Amino acid sequence: MSDAERAPASPRELFVVFTRLALMGFGGVLPIAQHVLVERERWLTNEQFIELLSLGQVLPGPNVVNLALMVGDRWFGWRGALAALAGMLLAPLAVVIALAALYAQFASVPAVAGALRGMGAVAAGLVLAMAFKLMPALGRNPLGRWPSMLVALAAAAAVGGLRWPAAWVMLALGGASVALAWARLR
Amino acid sequence: MNTLTAADWLGLFGHFLMLSMLSIGGAITTAPEMQRYVVGQQGWMSDEQFTASVALAQAAPGPNVLFVAVVGYNVAGLLGMLVTMVGILIPSSTLALAAMRWSHARRASRGGRAVVAGLAPLTIGLLLATGWVLAAPLQGAPGAIALVLASAFVMWRWRQNPLWLISAGALVGALGGA
Repeated sequence: MSDAERAPASPRELFVVFTRLALMGFGGVLPIAQHVLVERERWLTNEQFIELLSLGQVLPGPNVVNLALMVGDRWFGWRGALAALAGMLLAPLAVVIALAALYAQFASVPAVAGALRGMGAVAAGLVLAMAFKLMPALGRNPLGRWPSMLVALAAAAAVGGLRWPAAWVMLALGGASVALAWARLR
Repeated sequence: MNTLTAADWLGLFGHFLMLSMLSIGGAITTAPEMQRYVVGQQGWMSDEQFTASVALAQAAPGPNVLFVAVVGYNVAGLLGMLVTMVGILIPSSTLALAAMRWSHARRASRGGRAVVAGLAPLTIGLLLATGWVLAAPLQGAPGAIALVLASAFVMWRWRQNPLWLISAGALVGALGGA
């Protein structure tokens, strides 16, 4: 696996970058996290991003919070983990509580409801785009391009289409996929 | 907002510690159980308040886990927010860091590489599923679906700052196009 080009200089920089990306994350932080950490700051390659995200998704806990902890820990141990976590949560927490106080007054305005729908639609598009961007990385997967593509599509259909609980899909499909990778790796 | 006894506070904290360990696939997966506890069992808020708490956190910037903060705030103000957020974060965060250090130390082994390789396609599949689930309520609205596809295409082809697309979506929606 190739290494990323750059690294954060200090826990303080982690805090600032994570605060900024969290505040940009309307309707989900994950696509912004990929944009900022991989494409802009270049702290991680796409492969490293998938690796951390994979771990964060099989473990309990909010995926992006787990991701922040792991990214922070990678360079500065628990100090980095705390800095990234605080950056991810503190400023958005203040915003969301202020919004909760405001919400009651403006919820019935049609333009506000419409704007929320529009932002929700773009949020869905951004997550899909991120999945497309990460797909070429599967070509270098030891499973092989087509088997790993098949696993990805099966997971998407089971969780997105059939709405099966993600935990069970991860356990069954993930177990099979890891076993297959184990068999192919020597 | 409610007045909580010491036993209530302890119960609230304990319940969110437990929810944390159940939150595989993201904090949002615990919403049904959380709703059962704060609305059904404790009667600390109405169904509508709970649903609005989730919707609000989704629309605001930041991780979706912040819906927990809004629920906690609606249960018992700022202290309620603190207790529920700390409760939902401590067990899962500790586990995430331990697992990351463990796997990083074993990344070169056959088992470690098999786990990384085997889970990568699943991660991409879950992203597709998330986009699917987020877009599903928009099915009846061609404008909104067009917005989903257009933003997916633009973001896929170009290294765009997503904030521009979100603002465009808000504008289109506010004008009644979504």
